[in-house]
Amino acid sequence: MPVIDLATTPLRALNQALHDAAAPGHNDTAFEVLNPRGAHAVAVGIAAPVSVDVKGSVGYYCGGMNEQARITVHGSAGPGVAENMMSGTVVIKGDASQYAGATGRGGLLVIEGNAASRCGISMKGINIVVHGNIGHMSAFMAQSGTLVVLGDAGEALGDSLYEARLFVRGAVKSLGADCIAKEMRPEHLAVLAGLLAEAGITDVKPQEFTRYGSARRLYNFDIDNADAY
Amino acid sequence: MSHKTHPTPPRKSATFDDYTLSEIRRAAATGIYDIRGGGTKRKVPHFDDLLFLGASMSRYPLEGYREKCSTEVVLGTRFASKPITLKIPITIAGMSFGALSGPAKEALGRGATLAGTSTTTGDGGMTEEERGHSQVLVYQYLPSRYGMNPRDMRRADAIEIVIGQGAKPGGGGMLLGQKISDRVAQMRTLPKGIDQRSASRHPDWTGPDDLEIKILELREITGWEKPIYIKLGGSRPYYDTALAVKAGADVVVLDGMQGGTAATQEVFIEHVGLPTLACIRPAVQALQDLGMHRKVQLIVSGGIRSGADVAKALALGADAVSIGTAALVALGDNDPKWEAEYQALGSTAGCYDDWHEGRDPAGITTQDPELASRLDPVLAGRRLANYLKVMALETQTIARACGKSHVHNLEPEDLVALTIEASAMAGVPLAGTGWIPGKTGP
Repeated sequence: MPVIDLATTPLRALNQALHDAAAPGHNDTAFEVLNPRGAHAVAVGIAAPVSVDVKGSVGYYCGGMNEQARITVHGSAGPGVAENMMSGTVVIKGDASQYAGATGRGGLLVIEGNAASRCGISMKGINIVVHGNIGHMSAFMAQSGTLVVLGDAGEALGDSLYEARLFVRGAVKSLGADCIAKEMRPEHLAVLAGLLAEAGITDVKPQEFTRYGSARRLYNFDIDNADAY
Repeated sequence: MSHKTHPTPPRKSATFDDYTLSEIRRAAATGIYDIRGGGTKRKVPHFDDLLFLGASMSRYPLEGYREKCSTEVVLGTRFASKPITLKIPITIAGMSFGALSGPAKEALGRGATLAGTSTTTGDGGMTEEERGHSQVLVYQYLPSRYGMNPRDMRRADAIEIVIGQGAKPGGGGMLLGQKISDRVAQMRTLPKGIDQRSASRHPDWTGPDDLEIKILELREITGWEKPIYIKLGGSRPYYDTALAVKAGADVVVLDGMQGGTAATQEVFIEHVGLPTLACIRPAVQALQDLGMHRKVQLIVSGGIRSGADVAKALALGADAVSIGTAALVALGDNDPKWEAEYQALGSTAGCYDDWHEGRDPAGITTQDPELASRLDPVLAGRRLANYLKVMALETQTIARACGKSHVHNLEPEDLVALTIEASAMAGVPLAGTGWIPGKTGP
């Protein structure tokens, strides 16, 4: 297994090695990254089913635009972790800063600690599971995908969201414009059970969550809704 | 009874003019602000207010058609390992599939390719039509990130991070429900038929320090191959350009308020932002102050119509220009041959700007398959190529007359201004004087 030490190897060499893994003739399927020390853009743009274990905390945009790879950060992640992820899995053992999973279009992002503000902003199909709490303005303008929060959500959850599904087990400080609590039907329980299982969570039941989604009142402009914008 | 013997003629208010009155009545009747496409329609100081001096006793002209006058421009020489070389310094600006039809996007690609220049995606992702027909394609990275994916990013020739545009610096996008067809909805991951409001800020960074890290990420994803542009709306051009350079841009694109939008509030288009003419010198000054003029290339857009405009922008220090509205007109937008249909829509050829409604008689700003089929992408592409080539020839004509063997050798010294306003904005003397307001004594 290739071990890449960022204390001695430039970031460019790390990402190039991970990109090369997608090319024919490259058989490495598992990488270990040492001494990330908060580096930005670690393991971005991978397009191969490899596993990457980052031993420490990372800065901005770790796992950005990931396709197929399984990236595990054995530490915390800075802003924009797994931004615009297409597929694959990103697991953060610690906490994640703001914009976690921003605009993600697929794959699974698991944050075992807490996530800061704007978690899942503008998400477009990604699934996000947060073991802890999430900050304010999370799932802002979220279009598609599922956000699962085992803890609490901050202010203005799901503001101006479209068709993304939100499941929160704890308290929600406030809901954003056009976001409402919705009935939990069997199909939602099934989706939630599947995601909890995928994230390796066994001690929590889907029935403990509340579902939130769009009231769809702001989908077409009406001047009498102006104070909601 | 003097009012009968000396009747007062009706006097219209300059403040409450006909247009203003009709706007008040329209707002009262409909309860919504006016939304339209295009750029500012008010008269602002522009390239028309500048003249070239030409050659004379102390400047020698080049022979037209005989002595070489190059138009080639290379973009992205600062950091990208694969800079872009264009035959002409005129590019096609970003316009979305969604705002424009698929055939219109294809036509832009075809025309740009025939003329040896680039075209640009827009707020809606990259379509196969435009990638397939564009030799050089710039991929926009917008706040909405609709359709954003690494595959398209890798097959793009450059990446343009959009901070703003001249028609609406500080504003996001707007695509009303009637243009959200199945295909547009699918590309943007949105429900069909909703009013789609694109974000005005990027979702995962704020400010130039974050942007520097975002650019690092994009370069790492694409192996440091592609030029990265930063597109700005004309707002604070000196500081915005300096910060774009600091953030790591290869190319700065600066769009003045005459630059078009697919759809935005009229109040925004007409009252926010700077005219193109007012943007260029501060931006060039910022590049010069940082020792980066010609190292970070400057593309100027907003109201470019002819080779004269191109030459004037280049003389003021731009490396290239970009056209949007003019390119659409070349394709067939607002063509008088559709006059009856423009009239039926309550407009007239030359004025039609309700592009957001999707009922464009010319078949360009629509998602209606029947209307879109009116535009033949091969013919329209040829028209665009013709127009681009004419503009390049016009630019060369002026450059040769000024004795320049490359259009980039045009300089402010070749220009004078017709008005005090244009003189102050462009930093060139008022014609017939040595006076530049704010710089030299009267």
